[in-house]
Amino acid sequence: MRPLADIESAIAGVRAVPDVQAAIDELLQLSEEVVEHWIVARGDVPTDDTREGFRLLALHRQGAKGEPSFNACRETCREIVYHYNLIAMQPGHAETTNRLEMMKMVSSHLYLFISGKMQVAELGEFCCSSKPIRLRAEIDPKMTKEA
Amino acid sequence: MTTKDKYKKVAYYPGCALEGTGHSYNRSTKAVGKALGLDLVEVENWNCCGAMEVKNVDPKLQTYLSSRVMSVAVNEMDMDVVMAPCNGCYHNLKKAEYDLKNDAESVEVVDRLSKKAGHKTYESGQVETIHALDWIKDAIGEDGLAARVRNSLSGIKVANYYGCMYTRPRHIFPEKDAGPGSESTSKPHFMDDLLAAAGAENVEFPLKTACCGGAHTLSDSDTSTKLVLNILKAAKLAGADVIATECPTCHTGLEMHQIRAEKTLGETVDIKILYFTQLLGMALGLKPKKVGVHENISDSISFLKQKGLA
Repeated sequence: MRPLADIESAIAGVRAVPDVQAAIDELLQLSEEVVEHWIVARGDVPTDDTREGFRLLALHRQGAKGEPSFNACRETCREIVYHYNLIAMQPGHAETTNRLEMMKMVSSHLYLFISGKMQVAELGEFCCSSKPIRLRAEIDPKMTKEA
Repeated sequence: MTTKDKYKKVAYYPGCALEGTGHSYNRSTKAVGKALGLDLVEVENWNCCGAMEVKNVDPKLQTYLSSRVMSVAVNEMDMDVVMAPCNGCYHNLKKAEYDLKNDAESVEVVDRLSKKAGHKTYESGQVETIHALDWIKDAIGEDGLAARVRNSLSGIKVANYYGCMYTRPRHIFPEKDAGPGSESTSKPHFMDDLLAAAGAENVEFPLKTACCGGAHTLSDSDTSTKLVLNILKAAKLAGADVIATECPTCHTGLEMHQIRAEKTLGETVDIKILYFTQLLGMALGLKPKKVGVHENISDSISFLKQKGLA
């Protein structure tokens, strides 16, 4: 698993040539690593299972357990899989270059969403404004006395 | 009474954003309603739905705040449908409805605070909360809309962007994923359907429900800018001229970070951002000013002139 900070540039660096299959394999692997970071930061071991043939979907499901808001990237994961399949099944299609670019953007979105979410949850090396407020409320019940 | 008839007159809950940064959404929603012969009666003395801020500090207080809006609609205005165009308000009212149906502690808190505030306690099931998309789709429908179009949106390629709160979490929207004709939580299509009925060409857009970074705007603007930039670039790559929005937070975020991306990252994406109600309004023959295009942060007028809408 590469450091989270390296994944963004790795996604941007994926190229269709010389091997588009290798390119989509790399994007899928990078996307899996992004979700792995989320799971590891929460103290779990990333699963090796697959769902519908893809580990990424199994990882997403694992990451969403106990954290329903993580489902906000469910469709993003599914779109990565969709674009992977589009390219893998028709590598010679006239739209392959565009499809790969789109897959990169969707993968990049997953990276940005999860790295931002780790900030909010104060997982990893980040900091954020909202979590301390929630923590204070837990410590000081007067903050929520009204409700 | 059919849903179509029921939605002809609804309680209108604009919410705080539509009185501020999303004012053009407020203006265009009202203008479209008027043009379509639909009656919006604003909820009297409405309050904040609890938004993200209150929910972060105390979710039960947010449930109360949303319940008060519904209480006023049903108990003081005798209205049983509340239409909220803002995704945040819509989501929060739906969440309050769900909590009041399924969580005894929420019922107790809402009852206590309602008595203290001096109004009737809202009870689950008294009101149906709908989004502006449900409102137009069900009260008018695609055929009804197509029959009223004066300036077709033909020649305009649209990426429909729904954001994350319109469909999530799935369990608070029991009417979605309910078979043919219902909205989908994984691939929403109501906005696509309405704009297609007005003549627009919808493009395949993989980030239609992806996060816009709205919650990070203040705490981490750089991440928000990158998320928005990604959405803009993906929509452009998909062939879109315009991103149609239905949430004031998403819309404002897209507009602001489009500018910020130019300034901080040197990346310019030439794509217009308009509320779906603005596009529909112009398709119905309303002038851009009537639907608040001049109130948007980004300038779309030259594009609209080129397309014969201004």
